[in-house]
Amino acid sequence: MSASAIQRMNYDDALAAFDPVLGLETHVELGTASKMFCGCATEFGGDPNTQVCPVCLGLPGSMPVVNGAAVESTIRMGLALNCSIASWCRFARKNYFYPDMPKDYQVSQYDEPLCTDGFLDVVVDTEDGPREFRVEIERVHMEEDTGKLTHAGGDTGRIHGADYSLVDYNRAGIPLIEIVTKPIVGAGALAPIVARAYVTELRDLMRALGVSDVRMDQGSLRCDVNVSLAPAGEPWGTRSETKNVNSLRSVERAVRFEIERQAAVLTGGGRVIQETRHFHEDTGETTPGRSKEHAEDYRYFPEPDLVPVAPSAEWIEELRGTLPEVPSARRARLQAEWGISDLEMQTLVNAEALELVEQTIAHGVDQAAARKWWTGEFTRIANEQGVALADLGVTPAHIGRVEALIADGSLTDKLARQVFEGVIAGEGDVDDVVAARGLVVVGDDSTLLAAIETALAEQPDVAEKIRGGKVQAAGAIVGAVMKATKGQADAAKVRSLLLEHLGVDG
Amino acid sequence: MAPVMDGDLIRQDAATLSAALASGEVTSQEITQACLDRISQVDDEVHAFLYVDTDAAMATARDIDSRRAAGQELGPLAGIPLALKDVLTMRGVPTTCGSRILEGWRPPYDSTIVEKLRAADVVVLGKTNMDEFAMGSSTEHSGYGPTRNPWDLERIPGGSGGGSAAALAAFEAPLAIGTDTGGSIRQPASVTGTVGVKPTYGAVSRYGLVALASSLDQAGPCARTVMDAAMLHEVMAGYDPRDSTSINAPVPDVVAAARNADVRGMRIGLVRELGGEGYQAGVREQFDNAVRVLTDLGAEVVEVSCPHFDYALGAYYLILPSEASSNLARFDGMRYGLRAGDDGSASVEEVMARTREEGFGAEVKRRIMLGTYALSSGYYDAYYGQAQKVRTLISRDFAEAFDQVDVLISPTTPTTAFKIGEKVDDPLAMYLNDIATIPVNLAGNCAMSVPIGLASEDGLPVGLQIMAPAQGDDRLYRVGAALEQALLDKRGHALIEEVPSL
Repeated sequence: MSASAIQRMNYDDALAAFDPVLGLETHVELGTASKMFCGCATEFGGDPNTQVCPVCLGLPGSMPVVNGAAVESTIRMGLALNCSIASWCRFARKNYFYPDMPKDYQVSQYDEPLCTDGFLDVVVDTEDGPREFRVEIERVHMEEDTGKLTHAGGDTGRIHGADYSLVDYNRAGIPLIEIVTKPIVGAGALAPIVARAYVTELRDLMRALGVSDVRMDQGSLRCDVNVSLAPAGEPWGTRSETKNVNSLRSVERAVRFEIERQAAVLTGGGRVIQETRHFHEDTGETTPGRSKEHAEDYRYFPEPDLVPVAPSAEWIEELRGTLPEVPSARRARLQAEWGISDLEMQTLVNAEALELVEQTIAHGVDQAAARKWWTGEFTRIANEQGVALADLGVTPAHIGRVEALIADGSLTDKLARQVFEGVIAGEGDVDDVVAARGLVVVGDDSTLLAAIETALAEQPDVAEKIRGGKVQAAGAIVGAVMKATKGQADAAKVRSLLLEHLGVDG
Repeated sequence: MAPVMDGDLIRQDAATLSAALASGEVTSQEITQACLDRISQVDDEVHAFLYVDTDAAMATARDIDSRRAAGQELGPLAGIPLALKDVLTMRGVPTTCGSRILEGWRPPYDSTIVEKLRAADVVVLGKTNMDEFAMGSSTEHSGYGPTRNPWDLERIPGGSGGGSAAALAAFEAPLAIGTDTGGSIRQPASVTGTVGVKPTYGAVSRYGLVALASSLDQAGPCARTVMDAAMLHEVMAGYDPRDSTSINAPVPDVVAAARNADVRGMRIGLVRELGGEGYQAGVREQFDNAVRVLTDLGAEVVEVSCPHFDYALGAYYLILPSEASSNLARFDGMRYGLRAGDDGSASVEEVMARTREEGFGAEVKRRIMLGTYALSSGYYDAYYGQAQKVRTLISRDFAEAFDQVDVLISPTTPTTAFKIGEKVDDPLAMYLNDIATIPVNLAGNCAMSVPIGLASEDGLPVGLQIMAPAQGDDRLYRVGAALEQALLDKRGHALIEEVPSL
């Protein structure tokens, strides 16, 4: 399919004509040691079909038993999202035939979710500074993941047109929670970044709670993005549902694309079809999947193999007591502790450097230096390499060591960059790289003086100018000395030695 | 010491065999061999078994005998042979549920019941025939041909557990296990002159029981005497953490209750709605006799009304198909069992559809369609939702009745065994067989069928159903054993002795 076939309207024009309404359904794999309904391991990356048993394979006669740790994680998540926790609720079966589901039904929750009616406040950047936006949460419920299908042959990687398909049931039965927002209205042009900020905040919250490792790249957080447009002031339009959007950036792009696409459809006199769409990372576009015009009937009914989940009020309160500081409160606290501006804080958040900076400070590094390294040099390299900041290979401990070496005069700022270059290239720890690359400040006066004399001899005219009182010309000589020492000298020291040598006052 | 046994090994009950094994009068190998020989002799006609595991049974018996010889302390049922309904998984042993769709499937795991049988050193002879996925009251819906009633080979042995009941009545095994979703233990017991118990829901683990309707299914003991059923009940029951609907409480002492066998001072309720019109005259006659016997034994028999039982059948035929339509979805040809139409060009959906078309029988398809319809959006409240309300009302009827009486009684079935083929094309007539047994499954309490005599018009066995509250399983055995003993005293021999020789 040619991507350019999809008509889009200019974003600003689209927003002038329509109000976007968003809805986000986020699936998160819980970080429990065992699966939702059996004792199988949940570890990512095992050989196919090695982490399975009669229960998660849905063999005839097998029965599920609820993983208490998963219920606990879901309740903690619900509490952190300011939800009400049901005192009694049931699982339900969602019935449909698909080979990634061993039982041909998924055990989920339907009209009795464990957590309901919460909210999550997110902050987005606007031209007028950071703005807080409240996202209302409809429900948080538990369910089991499906197996993973790999389609061989065919050119789409989808089941239709494949020669054959392979199923890995290691993922089948891994505990999932689904977090569903209420319709998000009134975001206007900010809709794409509100969506992104919401998923980011959700991710950080789950990390803070320790309920999931939330690795979008491994599929442990997957987002379905619902978008509809309403002509300004009119009732909501028909929505599209873009499935499995798997990065924060993609969430933002998918929303933006759908706004532009639907605006073009509506302005062109067409109607938006209620359908599932797929997001393409490469083009940033969505393409149609199966149509939901004739909604599938999942024939939900209460799962008769499981007894109801009935958390006691005491247990819920006990869990409330285990909630960590929520990310927004933590940000406010750190911002005050470090004495930085809203903008500086937002820069850290946008760079996903907050936690790294906090850890770096714990290694004895000054907050300004810690922020400078992570949001400057390292963010640039991470962007170049297309990796997450946390996966760059530099750790807070590395920075602690380098800053200590700078403080005692063993390294200069410039040398420090070379040390990190070596660390990132996998040449070892800080001290390994320093030793291997011979990165030490040339501090010996006689060596420096010899280099200064050589430079003066090579540039007699410059020497004359300095002697004549043109101190600013010293730069050329300092530069030459730095070059001769391969940058391993302290430039300030070279300068003062030079002026002293020529008998000129700095 | 006088011998414990008198007569044929195969005609002994389990309690007698247990004593003979303990005294060294007989070995498990001798008993097991006798059962296997009987199976070879008569099972071509009866067709109670789908699979006989001769080598494994004999190996188990040998092992038990050597351990007993070595002085090891063994349980009361150690070395006694048993026939297992083919709906329970046993590692490496074919499990078909009476369906072609599971032909050749050998489960890689033991059901909890099989684990408990192994722990009790019970010798499993093989797997017994049943209506496909336990849907039926005659065993005619088996994908492998019907089982015949040893009392009259032209007649049905009941269903779905006709194989287990027939194995007992044909003296192929002294013990059997059945499962009861709407009467599949009690109705076959009734029409074969044997004893069958549906324990309280949750008393026996369902782990490894291939589900028909999860909220109704319960496995239980089948035997030729009440005491034998009690001994097997004791082995099967108990909490299982792998079944979250399992009851975490001590099992009532059913063996002591069977030994007690005393109904003096007990209040027994006769359910007005389960009897009278629609019940065969010979059934009513035998039932009335049994009521007199109970009164003579010192029980106080009163009539009670359970008005909502009239709606039980309707509710049952919404709840059961609904759950079954979902439970049976997994039989799609993807992972195990039959795969049909996979010619390299068919899509996955087509292969699923062809497999289910080919692998399921008519009754299974009928119920899957009923259930799919009942759960459909827009119909759910009117069908499944209403049925659940009826279920609550039936539970309430039981609760009110048990405020007045200790147990309830009724005929187990409206008629004696009917002829093979007679009702197979009339699903409603077939469903009516379970009219008296279904309320207990809906409410989750327990019931037993105990043989009380032969109907005068056809000479076929009649069963009486005893119903007790949830967790009151011991009351079934107390009443059942008392009635059994009184009838034995009157007749001078056990009813089962009257089975014609095969």
